[in-house]
Amino acid sequence: MTDAAKPALRKAPDWGRRLVILVPALWLAVFFVVPCLIVLKISLSQTVIAQPPYVPVLDLAAGWPGLRDFAGGLSLDSYKMLGSDWIYLTSYLRSLAIAAMSTVILLAVGYPIAYGIARSPRRLQPVLIMAVFLPFLTAFLIRIYAWINILQREGLLNDTLLALGIVREPVVWLATDTAIIIGIVYSYLPFMVLPLYASLEKLDESLLEAAADLGAPRWKAFWLVTVPLSASGIVAGALLCFIPIAGEFVIPDLLGGSSALMIGQTLWTEFFQNKDWPVASAVAIALLLVLLAPILIYQHVQMRALEDR
Amino acid sequence: MRFEAVSKRFGNFVAVELLSLDIFEREFFALLGPSGCGKTTLLRMLAGLEQPTEGRILLDGLDISGVPPHRRPVNMMFQSYALFPHLTVEANIAFGLKQDGMPKPEIATRVREMLELVKLDGFGERKPHQLSGGQRQRVALARALAKRPRVLLLDEPMSALDRKLREDTRFELMELQNTLGLTFVIVTHDQEEAMTVADRIGVMNAGQLAQVATPSEIYEHPNSRWIADFIGDINLIEGRVASSGLGHTVIESMTGGRFLVAAEATVGAAVAVALRPEKLRIDTVASGASGENGFPGRVTEIGYLGGVSVYKVRLDNGLDMKATLTNHTRLTAQPIAIGERVRLSFAPEAGVVLLR
Repeated sequence: MTDAAKPALRKAPDWGRRLVILVPALWLAVFFVVPCLIVLKISLSQTVIAQPPYVPVLDLAAGWPGLRDFAGGLSLDSYKMLGSDWIYLTSYLRSLAIAAMSTVILLAVGYPIAYGIARSPRRLQPVLIMAVFLPFLTAFLIRIYAWINILQREGLLNDTLLALGIVREPVVWLATDTAIIIGIVYSYLPFMVLPLYASLEKLDESLLEAAADLGAPRWKAFWLVTVPLSASGIVAGALLCFIPIAGEFVIPDLLGGSSALMIGQTLWTEFFQNKDWPVASAVAIALLLVLLAPILIYQHVQMRALEDR
Repeated sequence: MRFEAVSKRFGNFVAVELLSLDIFEREFFALLGPSGCGKTTLLRMLAGLEQPTEGRILLDGLDISGVPPHRRPVNMMFQSYALFPHLTVEANIAFGLKQDGMPKPEIATRVREMLELVKLDGFGERKPHQLSGGQRQRVALARALAKRPRVLLLDEPMSALDRKLREDTRFELMELQNTLGLTFVIVTHDQEEAMTVADRIGVMNAGQLAQVATPSEIYEHPNSRWIADFIGDINLIEGRVASSGLGHTVIESMTGGRFLVAAEATVGAAVAVALRPEKLRIDTVASGASGENGFPGRVTEIGYLGGVSVYKVRLDNGLDMKATLTNHTRLTAQPIAIGERVRLSFAPEAGVVLLR
């Protein structure tokens, strides 16, 4: 009797725990795994002029033979296409290069901001964090259009530079990579600052005092203590920016030129202009695989940070 | 090491005021005081983590007031230990040596020596979070000692340890100081700790040094009511000097009764007589004891502490006194019971006359 009662008692909290995990698991399954599988499926199809614009179409009503026909119709043609045309490879590399460049600049701009906030009086910190997020109160598109205004030939930036005598001729900003990077750094800054702030805010000031006491001048203490102890924030911020930037579409489309594309723009072209769903899906799947690497690195660092606690 | 009229203010708050102090070479000096008395500020000024608002701090006759912490031949063990969580025990200990540009093989040797010294051999590869509180404290100590500083500063080094460990650590600290021959300056609010480890104690109160002396001097000859009250248990009897001469003084207590103290004082001065509880003698009235400085009273409370028992006695003149008796034999029953009539007495040499 008691033996039978025991596992029943133990099961009750176990179920509660499973239920709690179930909600996010379901969410991920419905809104991430299933769409991913659909995209994967389309990427393995061929394009046709029809509705939907690809074959084979999975018809579960046809039963087993239908499934077999469907499986037989799948091919890797779209992926071969990615390898055959330079446009894809160059857009991938361009995206990664721009994402890397922006992330480095974001880190350089975001770290001092986060450090400054973390070192400011405690009462002030929530206000300053709010200030970092303040631009989000206006619509994203409006802010990017504002940048077009600032960066154009007769824009605010050129006016200022000319007035200060720094340049003699208006500089071409718009439709350059510089414009893309300015737009990206501006838009993603809060995503860099927040994780950095979170890790810097926890930093015990006495560690810096100890470093000074042991003979490290300020800059060295910063390099040997502050930076390694904020590594988790650096990695989190960098990935939080790098991954979405690599797939960014709106900013390069509005601020960048039309000659060289980022992968998001290539994907858009395939999907909406060429109506080639399978190749567009293959582009997306390949991007996912490319970005999986930094995500795995992030996981690894997170695990290490947890161990160190 | 010398403080010359050093003051430190934080805004309107005066942490340390016009303080002068000499700390000698190879001395174990304790700064003792209640929290907020400025003792930690004083230590941090020695380390260079705070700058004095006024005055000078001299080391070997050189003014080091403006020298930044990383250039001082002084190392500090922090109250929180402040171990670098991302570095191993070895790397923590080696941190200061690396800053000095010591060659790698020498660093390795020194780190091994330090680990041995604090009995942590074999723990070098661990991270601080994999150690117990006591082990962490040893790493902090090893790290602060690794550079062989002229002066080691210890900020409440044992406050995070449990009682047993704390007592062991005290003796280890004393041993270390003996073998290394360094100057140690410890900050503590634990008087027992200060009394045990230190050669001299500076008792601080409200930013000033109340008394600087050896532990026994501070205990037996406190220089003020505040010190007498702060260090250990004490009975303070307020009174006036009735007559004085030939090394003896008769004091008239405010609450009535006269007694004799082996000291000289100005006749008519308002004084307090400090009496340590263990220097009081307690007899039952029935025993018929007599002699100098005896006061009848009644036992109101008894506290049994194992080694000693504390008796609270209300004297017939209204004073409440505390007396401790060593329990020489295993007690079966208290020799004196609550409510019993007793006679408290003390030798003239037991009392200290305090003018302040």
